[in-house]
Amino acid sequence: MASQPEIDDFSGVETVGHEWDGIKELNNPLPRWWVWVWVASILWAIGYWIAMPAWPLIDGYTKGVLGYSQRATVARQIDEAQGAKSALVAKIHKASLADIRKDPQLLEFALAGGRSAFAVNCSQCHGSGAAGSRGYPNLNDDDWLWGGKIADIFATVRAGIRSGHEDARDSAMPAFLRDEILTKAQIADVADYTLSLSGKSEKAIKKGAAIFAENCAACHRKDGTGNREFGAPNLADGIWLYGSDRASIIDTISNSRRGVMPAWGNRLDDATLKLLAVYVHSLGGGEADR
Amino acid sequence: MPAISNALWSLFMVGGTALGATLAINAADPGYLVHGVLLGAFCVLGLVFMYARRGADVATDASPYNDSVVRAAVIACTFWGITGFLVGLVIALQLAFPALNLDLPWTSFGRLRPLHTSAVIFAFGGNALIACSFFIVQRTCRVRLAGRWAPWFVFWGYQLFIVLAATGYVLGVTQSKEYAEPEWYVDLWLTIVWVVYLLVFLVTVMRRREPHIYVANWFFLAFIITVAMLHVVNNLAVPVSFFGAKSYVVFAGVQDAMIQWWYAHNAVGFFLTAGFLGIMYYFVPKRAERPIYSYRLSVVHFWSLIFLYIWAGPHHLHYTALPDWAQTLGMTFSIMLWMPSWGGMINGLMTLSGAWDKLRTDPVMRMLVVSVAFYGMSTFEGPVMSIKAVNALSHYTDWTIGHVHSGALGWVAFVSFGALYMLVPSLWKRERLYSLRMVEWHFWIATIGILLYITAMWVSGIMQGLMWRAYDNLGFLEYSFVETVEAMHPYYMIRALGGALFLTGALIMVYNLWRTARGDVRIAEPEVPPNIAPVMA
Repeated sequence: MASQPEIDDFSGVETVGHEWDGIKELNNPLPRWWVWVWVASILWAIGYWIAMPAWPLIDGYTKGVLGYSQRATVARQIDEAQGAKSALVAKIHKASLADIRKDPQLLEFALAGGRSAFAVNCSQCHGSGAAGSRGYPNLNDDDWLWGGKIADIFATVRAGIRSGHEDARDSAMPAFLRDEILTKAQIADVADYTLSLSGKSEKAIKKGAAIFAENCAACHRKDGTGNREFGAPNLADGIWLYGSDRASIIDTISNSRRGVMPAWGNRLDDATLKLLAVYVHSLGGGEADR
Repeated sequence: MPAISNALWSLFMVGGTALGATLAINAADPGYLVHGVLLGAFCVLGLVFMYARRGADVATDASPYNDSVVRAAVIACTFWGITGFLVGLVIALQLAFPALNLDLPWTSFGRLRPLHTSAVIFAFGGNALIACSFFIVQRTCRVRLAGRWAPWFVFWGYQLFIVLAATGYVLGVTQSKEYAEPEWYVDLWLTIVWVVYLLVFLVTVMRRREPHIYVANWFFLAFIITVAMLHVVNNLAVPVSFFGAKSYVVFAGVQDAMIQWWYAHNAVGFFLTAGFLGIMYYFVPKRAERPIYSYRLSVVHFWSLIFLYIWAGPHHLHYTALPDWAQTLGMTFSIMLWMPSWGGMINGLMTLSGAWDKLRTDPVMRMLVVSVAFYGMSTFEGPVMSIKAVNALSHYTDWTIGHVHSGALGWVAFVSFGALYMLVPSLWKRERLYSLRMVEWHFWIATIGILLYITAMWVSGIMQGLMWRAYDNLGFLEYSFVETVEAMHPYYMIRALGGALFLTGALIMVYNLWRTARGDVRIAEPEVPPNIAPVMA
């Protein structure tokens, strides 16, 4: 329906003379500001192409006058970041764990670096506040399975627990029911006895005590206070890694637990392991060397 | 001619039934079995459909246009819209409360997320585009839609594509390319459907009884052609077996990533921008009853948009293994794209000059105008985020999600809602909508929902980006990843609330449209501006 151009009443602008289903079009020019902003963005793009790597060629690409390269920039930034830390990292490498704790500058560096490394590597299991959860020990308290001296912590972090590393912390509590060492009734008795060690139960003390002395005391000691040589937990302190209710304890005795921690020495360098040991030791439960 | 058409389409359906049965019988995996059965069932139902409608869909003096297929697409659009918004709300809640994954593979975030994106983009958006393009092309060319069965095949074939894609995601059938998750055989099916769509549209335009092609149809044509090209290239893959779902994409490594984002960015550019600009170019001047602001601007911004958009994909791969030069081109073309994108906004908004008062009285007009405003905002935010220095902060964060949703909810969905409010009274030959006051409610509830959504994602995205790059004074990372996740929790809840409001608004719309289609008018309503007139010759 080609019609003639007409003047729009409202704007006084001419239409282009087409009409589709009642829709007409005005013959307004391009808005000036629109044209100029567009031209500016094109000029900016051309300038950017001159400065930066931009257009592919048959063999390579235009490199740009600034000589920018993303790979080179990343490599430089990583070098700079490591360079800023390199003096202190070198000192950490040389220093003993005790020396790090004595030197305030090294200690500050170790605590900051340890916190960061902990957040990246350890928080997944032990929690960002290191409070642990079921099966993953709380690192803020003084209840240590394998020792709370800084050297113990370092050794645990480096080689892990039941990790397969040659220096790994390793031990295996028998699965007393699965391995047919005790009956269900005996396990119930010894569970009650175990609970009584922390005052949680008063039942079946005698029968349970005999079973405990015969089967458990070798590792957990007669009074149940545990032995860090074997990573045998203290059963008398009321702190439980896998739950303090009777059913959980029966499950532990019946099937054993044998938690695993990776050997971080396989993934992190020696300096980072030291930072982690200093940091974890500082959380509240760290024990003095003497 | 009709006899040949009937015979050919029947033959096609019989062949499809046999193929579906063959695939199902020989299927190597359960997903493929389900899909073989679906193809067979589709073709059997297709034959039934052709028989049932053998006398229908004939042009009459009262209705020279083929509107039955448009009506079907309108219904499908609202149905899939609600589905897609609902799944979006579910996954938003899953992010805030992970227990809602239910520990089942079929309901896990990883499978429901593509269900959401495909449902809103391809099912809701795609049906809106089919409905509007078929409606508009007939009226602006003053000719009936080409083909007797072909438009119906486009509609139903597209629904089968949606069902194949959706069931595939839930069953774990995916090629893991974002927005192109369906496997090779679903891609082949969509290719067939899409070529028929192109032919229907093109032949209709070629038979037009107007000397010129209206601007909306340029955009529809650009959208259909470009999506065909993007779809075919990005989905080039070698199936492991003719009878199994699994395939391997022919590209590898950074080339694969580049092709993928060339595809995905232009899915935004041509599916969600060019196509919906076509919708805007018809319904905005129609509702405002004003001429398009500038013909020249529409010509210049159309061609510049088409030319520049296709280069911008690499900005999705800043600071990756993608070569520097490709990143530069992606960024600079995104910046140069800013004004061409805004050309559509200017033409949309300035078309209202002389009719601004309608914003006060007509909520449908307001919905259309706000959609254009959101279009302007997200096409400004996009180029800003493509700048490498900005992208270094925004990339991989929720900011991107917020940006996408200001475009998707604010622009794509709002312009579609506006179109639906105009289409339904026209297609069902009603004088007006059931209730304009409900449109008012829909508008405000959905707008508040969008604002909650995008502001929550801005804050959480920028916070997330800043937390990732925070170092202490000794050069150590300040936060662990899980701390950033924890910090985002409140914003995830605000986002879910925004999504719930948006869904609520859409449900109000569905009720309103349903009552409109039934012919009801809500009494005790103020006098209202007329909708587009029922079809005239």
